[in-house]
Amino acid sequence: MIREHDALIVGAGGAGLWAALELARAGVDAAVLTKLYPTRSHTGAAQGGVCAALGNQEEDHWEWHMFDTIKGGDYLVDQDAAEVLAREAIETVIELEHMGLPFNRTPDGKIDQRRFGGHTRNYGEGPVMRACFAADRTGHMILQTLYQQCVKHGVKFYDEYHVVDLMTEGGELGDGGRCAGVVAYRISDGELVAIKSKAVLLATGGFGRMFRVTSNAWSLTGDGVSLAYRHGVPMQDMEFYQFHPTGIVGIGILLSEAARGEGAYLLDNDGFRFMERYAPKLMELAPRDMVSRAIVQEIRAGRGINGKDYVYLDVRHLGRKKIDEKLPDITDFVRVYQGIEPYTDPIPIQPTAHYAMGGVPTNLLAQATRDAANTVVPGLYAAGEAACVSVHGANRLGTNSLVDLLVFGRRAGRQMAKDVRGVGMPDIAGDVMEPVRAELEAIRERPRGERKEAIRTDLADVMMDDAGVYRDAQGLERARATVEELRSRYANISVDDKGTVFNTDLLEARELGYLLDCAETMVAACINRTESRGAHSREDFPDRDDVNFLAHSLATKGADGAIALDYKPVTITKFQPKPRVY
Amino acid sequence: MQIELRILRFDPERDAEPHEETYTVEGGPMDRVLDLLHKVKYEQDGTLTFRRSCAHGVCGSDAMLINGRNRLACKIRVDQLKGRRITVAPLPGLPVTKDLVVDMEGFFAKFRSVKPYLQPGDPDPERERRQSAEDRAKFDDTTKCILCAACTTSCPSFWAQPSYVGPAAIVNAHRFIFDSRDAAAEERLEILADRDGVWRCRTIFNCTDACPRGIHITQAILEVSSKIVEHHA
Repeated sequence: MIREHDALIVGAGGAGLWAALELARAGVDAAVLTKLYPTRSHTGAAQGGVCAALGNQEEDHWEWHMFDTIKGGDYLVDQDAAEVLAREAIETVIELEHMGLPFNRTPDGKIDQRRFGGHTRNYGEGPVMRACFAADRTGHMILQTLYQQCVKHGVKFYDEYHVVDLMTEGGELGDGGRCAGVVAYRISDGELVAIKSKAVLLATGGFGRMFRVTSNAWSLTGDGVSLAYRHGVPMQDMEFYQFHPTGIVGIGILLSEAARGEGAYLLDNDGFRFMERYAPKLMELAPRDMVSRAIVQEIRAGRGINGKDYVYLDVRHLGRKKIDEKLPDITDFVRVYQGIEPYTDPIPIQPTAHYAMGGVPTNLLAQATRDAANTVVPGLYAAGEAACVSVHGANRLGTNSLVDLLVFGRRAGRQMAKDVRGVGMPDIAGDVMEPVRAELEAIRERPRGERKEAIRTDLADVMMDDAGVYRDAQGLERARATVEELRSRYANISVDDKGTVFNTDLLEARELGYLLDCAETMVAACINRTESRGAHSREDFPDRDDVNFLAHSLATKGADGAIALDYKPVTITKFQPKPRVY
Repeated sequence: MQIELRILRFDPERDAEPHEETYTVEGGPMDRVLDLLHKVKYEQDGTLTFRRSCAHGVCGSDAMLINGRNRLACKIRVDQLKGRRITVAPLPGLPVTKDLVVDMEGFFAKFRSVKPYLQPGDPDPERERRQSAEDRAKFDDTTKCILCAACTTSCPSFWAQPSYVGPAAIVNAHRFIFDSRDAAAEERLEILADRDGVWRCRTIFNCTDACPRGIHITQAILEVSSKIVEHHA
């Protein structure tokens, strides 16, 4: 089956939906493909808030937000992008309110704001109330509100269509070719559909499922990032992966930083607020990479609870009223998933794999780029977690993922609406679906191979243990060898389900291939970066090295299968790199 | 401990009728039913088919009938189900696509039918519209909906009359009808005053009981009904 739309959006989280809205408003023939239903997207799991310097509670300025973002990202942030982020955060949050988002309110009826990690007043003096929120379900309300607006504007959705390939015209995307659309697998009956398009936005989110303990949904398998990579687009800054400090022990479900924003403590086995040892000024509200490292240090020093691999998050002193009004969802998670009552008991937590700072390289217009000179890939765009623009640098600040997907989802939609006007619909060859059809059939038809689950859990173990909060050459080399071995095992997997109707067995096998691509480049980029910066913490190279590594990594796969790493300079406009202390 | 899972299965490419299959898996009291389903799928039978995504009760993918009640598989623990036998079946009242996957198209069409989006009566101001905390509280509960369909498919009135718009759609209408910033309440009340609207509710409370988000659904339906009466008076 072959169809066409002037613009296509892959993924229906916040970035994809806002882009769709812009295209609908501009009257462009656009459609959104999602392997879920739109309201299932993981934007809906975001909890604590979305930062914008509204100044509703106290003095605030977008320049302060810009600075915090750059410092939080350990100066790997592109500063022109951080400026766009901080400025446009304000208008996008106001626009969300106009769309109906039910923010909590101040006594005078304005959008309420609270503190969040790494967000400060006057360039680092102390915490500032910048995070706009709807209880602790801000992401849920953003996703619902944007979907409601898409319903209002009659946006065309392909629900439960799993995108399995990108189509190209005039060569591969890494060699000057143009993106010509996507091949999608209709989950309900297994039919492959080629959809031609002048502009394709990858808004497919992250790839946290490569780790054992993660806050990420099962769906977060790096699909868009991997598909672009397979067609020659680099993966940028893959070594920077964020571990959120407060995940539920063992299963990784997120307990929002909003808890600490509202005043929760982190305690060691002696009941001591151990952040005093690491960030005396910001304490529990230091950036996530620092807090996660602090927790691991405490555990290594034997100060985990009863000597085990977790510490406590304590909300008891906040009182029931504040807990119920400001943190109802996460305290519900604690009751359901840990069987603990947070009114009366401290909550066992440990770091959980949370967010990819890296992804598909883009410029400020959300257009994908393919080299250190930022050469644009015609017809391809990326936004949200799948993209690396880079506003997060080496470590993302809390709430800035939502700010990113709003600001750059909106920019992507507007840019696509402009770009599609001047170009014709691509021509595609008749056999364009054959390569991916063959790949899928090879898995489906293989009579007896290895179960994919063993490969997935081995991947998750090695990435967690050797490419996690702390890294060193030995562990990374082990990870590299393991991922390589998993890749050869992957070539021999089979599935039980040979059918065409709703075959999730087959699609999960496909997703595992994407995760292996992302893991392979992550490990390669980690090995090459012999410094510590933000979330990339090398025990064998503990210092930041601005002379050699104030640069973004770009990983591409050569024809021989080897990964090539290139570097491009960081854009610095207002703030020269300084030591990062809080 | 060993847990026996009895799962209602149906593959349209192989089966004429749904049938039950029994699996024994190792599980603990804190395991969720979703964990057990994954064990079956990954260790015993990869053909078992169900939807899931976030796995912690916020995306709404994995609503199903568990021990006779609609639940999210990722939010119900083994120890809450008491006993070592657990039955799992697809949500009642919707066409079954395969195993625990149901066709959600009709459900979402009903959601869309109540115009679930803000329709302010005035042009957008430069800054945010003001709203008091009290006004916001009037619809706070119904903003929690994750469209999992547990409520609508637990409703006997919906089973009897599939054209009934159902609790989930009414919840989403309520969310706007009681929002002080919205000016289209009348339009939605007209839609819900229809014969397939709120009057089909028999206050059985199954929906409230089924909601994994703890929304007071029956109360929300009654608030909408009262508003319709008020509006027609």
